[in-house]
Amino acid sequence: MTSSERPTGDQAELDVAAIRKDFPLLHQEQEGKRLVFLDSAASSQRPVHVVEAMSEFYYTSYANVHRGVYRVAERATNRFEQARATVARFIGAGSAAEVVFTKNATEAINLVAGSWGKTNLGPGDAIVLTILEHHANIVPWQMLAAERGFEIRWIPATDDGRLDLSDLDRLVDGAKLVAFTSMSNVTGSITAAEQIIAAAKAAGALTLVDACQSVPHLPTDVTELGADFVTFSGHKMLGPTGIGILWARAELLEAMPPFLGGGGMILNVTTDGFLPDAPPARFEAGTPPIAEAIGLAAAIDYLESVGMEAIRRHEVALTAYALRKLSTELGDSLTIHGPSEPAARGGVLSLELHGVHAHDVSQVLDEHAVCIRPGHHCAKPLMKHLGVPATARASFYLYNDTDDADALAEALVAARDFFAL
Amino acid sequence: MSGLEDLYREIILDHYRNPRNRGELESPPAHRAEGFNPLCGDEIVLHVLLDDDGVIDDIKIGGQGCSISQSSASMMSAAVKGKTIEEARNLTATFKAMMSIHETEIGGDGSEAEADEPVTADLPLGDLEALRGVVKFPVRIKCATLSWNTLSQAFDELAAEATG
Ligand SMILES: Cc1ncc(COP(=O)(O)O)c(C=O)c1O
Repeated sequence: MTSSERPTGDQAELDVAAIRKDFPLLHQEQEGKRLVFLDSAASSQRPVHVVEAMSEFYYTSYANVHRGVYRVAERATNRFEQARATVARFIGAGSAAEVVFTKNATEAINLVAGSWGKTNLGPGDAIVLTILEHHANIVPWQMLAAERGFEIRWIPATDDGRLDLSDLDRLVDGAKLVAFTSMSNVTGSITAAEQIIAAAKAAGALTLVDACQSVPHLPTDVTELGADFVTFSGHKMLGPTGIGILWARAELLEAMPPFLGGGGMILNVTTDGFLPDAPPARFEAGTPPIAEAIGLAAAIDYLESVGMEAIRRHEVALTAYALRKLSTELGDSLTIHGPSEPAARGGVLSLELHGVHAHDVSQVLDEHAVCIRPGHHCAKPLMKHLGVPATARASFYLYNDTDDADALAEALVAARDFFAL
Repeated sequence: MSGLEDLYREIILDHYRNPRNRGELESPPAHRAEGFNPLCGDEIVLHVLLDDDGVIDDIKIGGQGCSISQSSASMMSAAVKGKTIEEARNLTATFKAMMSIHETEIGGDGSEAEADEPVTADLPLGDLEALRGVVKFPVRIKCATLSWNTLSQAFDELAAEATG
């Protein structure tokens, strides 16, 4: 590794200045202003370690996996499978075979719907989703429901964008699957996964946890969690685009039919039919994202070297600071959706500057080199529940600090003043 | 903030704060059309009432959106009221030509690349000229054209109803 040294230790305070050195994109200026990147909930930036691990792999060890007998191919296969083992260890999986590489979290959820769902859901059945879900955990189920004719029930949300679990037992009663987000990408609200999983288990339902927003920011142990399926994306956790993860309990994967068909997922093919391979290969048709897996493993190494506990502590402290700062500077002119208690949420702030549409807010913020995201954040049912067409979302990661929160507050004040009626 | 002042001209902010022809019409007889900007969640609900000669007798705008989409819708409603469908279509073509020139230069995403459509009109745009600054902010072009696309959609739906 030729780049700057990794920050080490699970210290209480992150050395953000040292971390920022590893993220070249953050060093740039926009019209003389320091770039303030607050859009990691959509996709994070990545450290030099990740890009270098990928280029080193491409330059020294790249070949297609699982096919060649020559040494470079063997090396590529080993590195690829090591990456799978790294992911498995990082999320506390029972074995690497429980980790399926996909294109992204969206494909991972579609895989569960298209494989497990297609064989297990039909007329008379029900599944449970929540109002907090990203479209990635809604539309695949709606598509399947339209085809197979099962019921979709919804866990409602509270006014502050948390799940309302008061009717949980009734909702999960008789359901075959409960699929829910571990952390809202709109309100940052961390859901009561243990409670939902316990209720689902008691009702005999399987659980799918869309962990896209939590795996990058919170320590994760899928075995301890007790879920059946967990999905997330590499690009939100310092890794490359083009790779996502489905983790599922081994017995479930064993029993599931293939999702996509093609090379790499079979044991045998004749003119009469095919024999599918064992998991995880069964679910990885075609050439997988090979260098992306290497990059994701490097991202995990980086996250672990900083420490997931330390990252979480840093984000809670920074979120608390930002909540205070924004309410001091903007008072009643700003609504921040989501739980007011920093420990109950991730570093995702959905902002509503009264009288100014999120799109206009983001435009003014861009003039201040503050990068946030306006829109519905692919969660239209939640936006409808919150009664807003769009929010301006600012999100934090390990490379953000209080200077970023201050810049956000200052730019929001400028936006308010610019549009002042 | 000179760039911003170029985008948010006073007249745009005026239409945003005091939108013209806001509301709904009874449908039928008015025709209702809905447009979405999936990017930012903006929605336009348009009601158009035509008289027997195909003249836009009344038009009302509902929905929510940013200052650019809302002011564009407001200005559009004022501009097309009292015009025939053909005149309104020509005005649409003129407006979209103003929006598209720069879009093709930056190699826009194609979905609105209608610059090579035979532009049948170069009508005076009046207040709408104020939206010219939007072309410098490519992601906002979709906001500016949302109501116009919805109007075209309404006309297409009306034409389909008439023939079908
Ligand atoms: C909660 C949540 N689920 C699912 C997704 C979909 O992730 P991807 O686009 O990487 O498939 C996202 C990302 O936007 C998300 O935030």
